[in-house]
Amino acid sequence: MLLSPEDLGAIWLTLKLASLVTLLLIVLCTPLAWWLARTQSWLKGPINAIVAMPLVLPPTVLGFYLLLLLGPQGSVGAFLGQIGFSALPFSFAGLVVASMLYSLPFVVQPIQNAFIAIGTKPLEAAATLRSSPWDRFLYVALPLAKPGYISAAILGFAHTVGEFGVVLMIGGNIPYETRVISIQIYDHVEALEYGQAHTLSLLMMAFAFIVLAFLYGNQKRQKHHVVAGGVL
Amino acid sequence: MNLPTDNMLCVQIKQPATSQSSFSLDVDLLLPSTGVTALFGASGSGKTTILRHIAGLNISQHSHVSLNNNIWQSAGGSVPPHKRPIGFVFQEGNLFEHLTAEGNLRFAMKRANTGSSIIAFDEVIELMNIRGILTQFPAQLSGGERQRVAIARALLIQPQLLLMDEPLAALDETLKQDILPYLEALCHRANIPILYVSHSLDEVIRLADHMVVLEKGKVTEQGAVHSLLGKLGTSFSRYQDASVVISGVVTKQEKQWGLSWLEFDNQTIAFKQGNESINDTIRLRIQSKDVSITLSKDNHSSILNHIEAIVDETERDPQDPSTIRVRLLAGNTPILAKVTALSAHRLALKKA
Repeated sequence: MLLSPEDLGAIWLTLKLASLVTLLLIVLCTPLAWWLARTQSWLKGPINAIVAMPLVLPPTVLGFYLLLLLGPQGSVGAFLGQIGFSALPFSFAGLVVASMLYSLPFVVQPIQNAFIAIGTKPLEAAATLRSSPWDRFLYVALPLAKPGYISAAILGFAHTVGEFGVVLMIGGNIPYETRVISIQIYDHVEALEYGQAHTLSLLMMAFAFIVLAFLYGNQKRQKHHVVAGGVL
Repeated sequence: MNLPTDNMLCVQIKQPATSQSSFSLDVDLLLPSTGVTALFGASGSGKTTILRHIAGLNISQHSHVSLNNNIWQSAGGSVPPHKRPIGFVFQEGNLFEHLTAEGNLRFAMKRANTGSSIIAFDEVIELMNIRGILTQFPAQLSGGERQRVAIARALLIQPQLLLMDEPLAALDETLKQDILPYLEALCHRANIPILYVSHSLDEVIRLADHMVVLEKGKVTEQGAVHSLLGKLGTSFSRYQDASVVISGVVTKQEKQWGLSWLEFDNQTIAFKQGNESINDTIRLRIQSKDVSITLSKDNHSSILNHIEAIVDETERDPQDPSTIRVRLLAGNTPILAKVTALSAHRLALKKA
């Protein structure tokens, strides 16, 4: 067997982290993307900018501030400590929070673009067909935004799998707890275990190729160019 | 301010011009709640905006909309669009792309007004002739088919008022001619009021009983189509294709000549045979440029139809001094004629 138990642990941890982060982001980003797609408020610009910031910031910057904020001395960390939560840094829960911030634009933007692409016409048509705002959202907007959701899920998942800097800053390198594939590869290389580094790296390459091939295949089938929005 | 009246569609909209748009709307309409009413005007005259206000898609605090004394919009508040008993046919159909044609119809049926039932599923399928395309997605349908599905969908919500916003404008001429018969059938069949927005006089004449003429956000004319069309000095008697509508009963058909005869007001008129049959009530449109005037009944010409009429009014075209428009009365039916000023002078045409 080419993969050690620690390698397998890292793969399992990575898949668990990426699935959970994607699921949470899809749910939480839906109202945000809907609001960003429809609002005329002046807040739209600043909030779009905040959502996109993880795209341009070095992951270490994000990780650094999260560490300060979530640590026992940080404002959020101290509050969480008071209400009985254990500290988030160097824990799986901390990784989930950090990854959600890091992958936020990859989920918000495709969904937001899908909502924009729908426009007002189908929703107005639904309104004249006795469909309430909530009914319109569930039975018109969501089904029409499906390609955007597929892209958002794929990108959010893949991007979380590929993260390194934020994880290192906030999660550290605890086997089976916070040591994801990218860090496992880093450790192998540090220890000059090139064979094991190759195995994991090739797995990651294959994963990236399959995901992106699927993404662009999906884009071709769906006429709407909502895939990845401005991200890719 | 008019009080809302029984059995009337009452629409008052005041929408002042804003810094973003110079368009303003100021209308006060009391429309019959039966038959087909056309809102006619050039693009930018405000007809679509009026329809959107009636549907609740546009809101203005200075508006009042009510149907049969049910207030939908007033200073006191607004009934949201999904609670108004209307059907709306949009210019581009606006079908749901993620549903098949049948899915689109089922969407309406699930949410339909259970209190009133104007048409059944099978009936509407028959009326719009869409049985063969029910399993197709909108993207697979032609423009005309999409529009027929959209009309069917609007009917299946079982509305008390059907609003149609230029349903033919996005179609080319051939498709228009394909779909007009369905609209005619609908207008005859429907026992709910229909408000039909159009900039095509041809559609208005074929479909509407009552019409409102709009210009730059204001009403310039309104009344029954046949009486408005027979008036001189209206905004559309100046159109190249100024015309009147005559409705009557088909009394005779001769296959040999390919002609049918229509009787109206104790007169008969021959016309090219279509798919009408004897005893049908139909409408004929007579364009003013096709009417000539003679003082004697002269059978030595190729002109087939002779109608006895008296001169009711004459009017000179301010833009074209060579032309005189004449309003004639054949019994009670007005007919417009466009003749040269010289002919009018030679025949000494003047009000009888």
